[in-house]
Amino acid sequence: MSIRISYYPGCSGKGTSSEYETSTTGVCQALDVDLVEIPDWSCCGSTPAHTVNHVLSSALSARNLTLAEQEGFDTVTTPCPSCLSNLKIAEHKMRKESFREAVNELLDQPYGGGVDTKSVLQVLVENVGLDKVRERVKTPLEGLKVACYYGCIMNRPPEVMDFDDHEHPMAMDNLMEAIGAEVIPFPLKVECCGASFGIPQQNIVTTLSGKLLEVAKGLGVDALVTACPLCQMNLDLRQGQINAAQGTQHSLPIFYFTQLMAKAFDLSDAVQGMKRLIVNPQKALAKIGQADKEIA
Amino acid sequence: MNTYKITAADNTFTAEVEKRSGQDLNACYQCGNCTAGCPFSFAYDIQVSNIMRLVQIGQRDKVLQCHSIWLCASCQSCTTRCPNNIDVAGVMDHIRHMAREAGLATERKVKVFVDSFLDSVERHGRVYEMGLMVSYMAKTGRVFTDVELAPKVLPKGKLPLKPHSIKGKEQIAAIFKRFREVKSK
Amino acid sequence: MRIGVFICHCGSNIAGTVDCAKVADAAKAFPDVVHAEDTMYACSEPGQQGIIDAIHEKNLTGVVVASCTPRMHEPTFRRAVERAGLNKYMFEMANIREHVSWIGKDKELNTNKAIDLVMMAAEKLRHNAPLMAKKFDINKRVLIIGGGVAGIQAALDCAEGGLEVVLVEKTTSIGGKMAKLDKTFPTVDCSCCILGPKMVDVAQHPNITLYAHAEVEEVNGYIGNFEIRIKQKTTYVDWEKCTGCGLCMEKCPSKKSYDHFNNGVGTTTAINIPFPQAIPKKAKIDAEYCRMFTKGKCGVCAKVCPTGAISFEMTDTEVTENVGAIVAATGYDLFDHAKYPEYGAGKYPDVITSIQYERLMSASGPTSGHIKRPSDGKEPKNVVFIQCVGSRDKSVNRPYCSGFCCMYTAKQAILTKDHIPDSRSFVFYMDIRSPGKDYDEFVRRSIEQYDTQYIRGRVSLIYPQGDKMIVRGADTLAGAQVEVEADLVVLAVGAESAAGAPQLAEKLRISYDSYGFYMESHPKLKPVETNTAGVFLAGACQGPKDIPSSVGQGSAAAAKVLSLFSKDQLESDPQIALVNASRCIGCYKCVETCPFGAVKEEQDRFNNPKARVIETICQGCGVCTVTCPQSAIQLQHFTDNQILAEVKALCPSMMVKN
Repeated sequence: MSIRISYYPGCSGKGTSSEYETSTTGVCQALDVDLVEIPDWSCCGSTPAHTVNHVLSSALSARNLTLAEQEGFDTVTTPCPSCLSNLKIAEHKMRKESFREAVNELLDQPYGGGVDTKSVLQVLVENVGLDKVRERVKTPLEGLKVACYYGCIMNRPPEVMDFDDHEHPMAMDNLMEAIGAEVIPFPLKVECCGASFGIPQQNIVTTLSGKLLEVAKGLGVDALVTACPLCQMNLDLRQGQINAAQGTQHSLPIFYFTQLMAKAFDLSDAVQGMKRLIVNPQKALAKIGQADKEIA
Repeated sequence: MNTYKITAADNTFTAEVEKRSGQDLNACYQCGNCTAGCPFSFAYDIQVSNIMRLVQIGQRDKVLQCHSIWLCASCQSCTTRCPNNIDVAGVMDHIRHMAREAGLATERKVKVFVDSFLDSVERHGRVYEMGLMVSYMAKTGRVFTDVELAPKVLPKGKLPLKPHSIKGKEQIAAIFKRFREVKSK
Repeated sequence: MRIGVFICHCGSNIAGTVDCAKVADAAKAFPDVVHAEDTMYACSEPGQQGIIDAIHEKNLTGVVVASCTPRMHEPTFRRAVERAGLNKYMFEMANIREHVSWIGKDKELNTNKAIDLVMMAAEKLRHNAPLMAKKFDINKRVLIIGGGVAGIQAALDCAEGGLEVVLVEKTTSIGGKMAKLDKTFPTVDCSCCILGPKMVDVAQHPNITLYAHAEVEEVNGYIGNFEIRIKQKTTYVDWEKCTGCGLCMEKCPSKKSYDHFNNGVGTTTAINIPFPQAIPKKAKIDAEYCRMFTKGKCGVCAKVCPTGAISFEMTDTEVTENVGAIVAATGYDLFDHAKYPEYGAGKYPDVITSIQYERLMSASGPTSGHIKRPSDGKEPKNVVFIQCVGSRDKSVNRPYCSGFCCMYTAKQAILTKDHIPDSRSFVFYMDIRSPGKDYDEFVRRSIEQYDTQYIRGRVSLIYPQGDKMIVRGADTLAGAQVEVEADLVVLAVGAESAAGAPQLAEKLRISYDSYGFYMESHPKLKPVETNTAGVFLAGACQGPKDIPSSVGQGSAAAAKVLSLFSKDQLESDPQIALVNASRCIGCYKCVETCPFGAVKEEQDRFNNPKARVIETICQGCGVCTVTCPQSAIQLQHFTDNQILAEVKALCPSMMVKN
């Protein structure tokens, strides 16, 4: 049974996290999830918008929810937690009439409300299900030891996000296990990576993401798995900056969870996207299927 | 450090933060859990629990001029773990709005980054990351920001060199325009 | 004699630093010891059964247990040997826990000391003789000292249980501190409205005899048979005649008398009834202010009194009551804030105490319940409360927490808002202590719903500026010095022991701590008992307590009295002094020294002077035995021979030399 759902890729999907975008669409296709991209979607405003004004932020999000509604959808999915958070919070806040009116004042077309947003992760775990994921696996990722990092806003605040455990989420861990990887519990699953301070306050990101890498290293994992373009960028692209600032020599590949699923599904297009990762993942990928040999 | 004259303090400040955020600041019993869990505590000039306290006793200037409100990433640790269910991150957000409206920005680079980001959205309907970087560097004069990353990123095709505008970009521009009109009323 | 010795491990309490098996081994060599063993917990059921079995199997005639303090388990083991058929005084205890294992770390030295103590105990046991307790009748009347809420509760519970109660109250009305309070936390119900019915019950209960404006002068006797001398202080008003009509108060020209009931807020008349709900509702003349006493002429009250109750010649009288048990419920006093010069030491009229604030808020108070500040009668808008004034402060010798100030301050802040809706309350505190049921919720309500501004930090200085009081303190949570401009400052003064508490303790022969609070027999397990049999405690005389705890203790003390009186006779302790008449020379030094008046002067049939101990009065303190030049008077179970036997066991070589 296929699932048809409105799809909001988010700006970074068309730029810095294009490999997340391609692997997401690839994996969804492979699992009969029909992603219907919102026509002419616009930016949700991300963190900058809500730090300036909540009405403005919700207006930027609401335009997209209205477009999805017009296409006949009551649910939108997005791979990006920041977009997810903005879309969900806009919907949540606009349940209050005075706030909804203030937002609609800024919009060409008023938003009527009632469009839910789910992360792609949530759709895969809840709507598709782990059984179907397991069935689709062609090359189990046996031998690959990973830790899953969810980022700070995928599950928080719990009243709004309403998905998984807000301190110890397991959705990604379960997905990775379903595709055969060995999952080591990551104690800082929901600790912030430094978010968008990479540009204006680099030391914040090198400190916070540095701590994540340090803890991951202590676990002896081959890679970290993420679900957030900003987290991935901070941990991957800025890993060199972190090493310089912290005096470390990390060389830990940072995958999107969809990339590893694509790998397990043998989706060549998506696997191609791994070339876009800054920290070379070849050593980690080489472990796949090597577990038995090592023991032997 | 000044002596805080509590009876002379600005009661309206406490009330305004409460009204904007919809939070009952009296409910904060100063356990410090927000500070304990805040990943950004190391970078703050005033810890988040102290900000909550200063708001309780009406210290408008001290709060609006602090650096911490610009460094909060809204990661929701404080909100999620507050034993009194106070949306602390929301309070921080609203204080930041008030500082911005008062023309205060003790972390100018952060503000410029935010402005550049929203400029980009207003202009194209979506964020044009390359344009955002150029705009930020121009406004801050920090032309070498992340320059060492360029050779890593550019060959990967991660940063399109041309903006991708949407068809309805006028609708986005209109949102910003109306927002400014409402605010100036 | 066939002695059995049992060395207790007390888990690791003793065995951790004493080689118990070695002590048992050593004991086997002591004279008359036919059995010795070590045991994990001698006090446990199997531990006691082991002792009983050994008595039967080895035909033991005496037992030594080396374990904890006799205060803990001597009664346990005495009952055990009694169950096995021995006289319970054929038992000795060596304390190798408090006296050995808990105070020394060297196992070898500890083991040697334990062996010595066991040897002493065994040697004493060889000189023990069976003792038999005598029985005596109980006077089933109870004296309750103090008519505050704890005493009232104890009195009512005892009276309802069928006992005759003698209630002695120092002031002219029962009710205590609770009668002065406006409202009570955490329910904010009217204090006098909930206490009033109980006060009326006391007045009307046929089993209760109330002596108000009276004090206990002397206590003689012992559990079951106390004799109490009570001083009925003069009121200059014949209470048989006084109807409490209050006409005297209306006409009394001396209107500037200190108002004790209102703690000095406002003044009263020299002849007065303290408050409308007073029990008994009778007038008293305050001689310090009465013109008849200060100037020698007036007598207005005597002229107007419709029943002719006034008597300026009245003097103190004395009554004697016989009771079987005593409950001390003498309450507490409030800390004198004059010890804080930085808070004005009482010289600023608008810096008042919490109890004065209660009177300001009370409808029956001097301002009829309108909060007006003392200096100019204005309604205050900014009220500052300062907690821990005379609590948790070593510098004024009050290191303890008074326990209830946090709660009454939260209540007073709530009431302030109720009285003056546009007021603001500020509370300086160090910690908020609110561990009772619904207490913390109450404090939070004060903060969250009544907008009380709690500031964590102490106040360093209060000074007047214009018509404001500037309160300078710290806000440690903001990390800053703060100043509040107050219209009125309320000091949450802490509790201290009641004036005269130590003197009464001496009369009752009970212990008190260095702050004057009475000592309970065990801080956890005997909270209302004292170490003097038949004397019980209720309420804040034992330590600061709020109303629910005081009431609980009043009932607990009553239950103790009722359970004591459920028997018709008590067994006397046979460990008392006895006179060997053949050695007594009739010098009567023992009569002079006995603190209990237990030794009487008598003559034998040859008219020789002889001393005789009255068994039921003797408390077994032993003072007479060390006084007697002839060693004629001996304390049973602690005779010279028994004690010397212990000494000889401990230092054999020295004894030989001498």
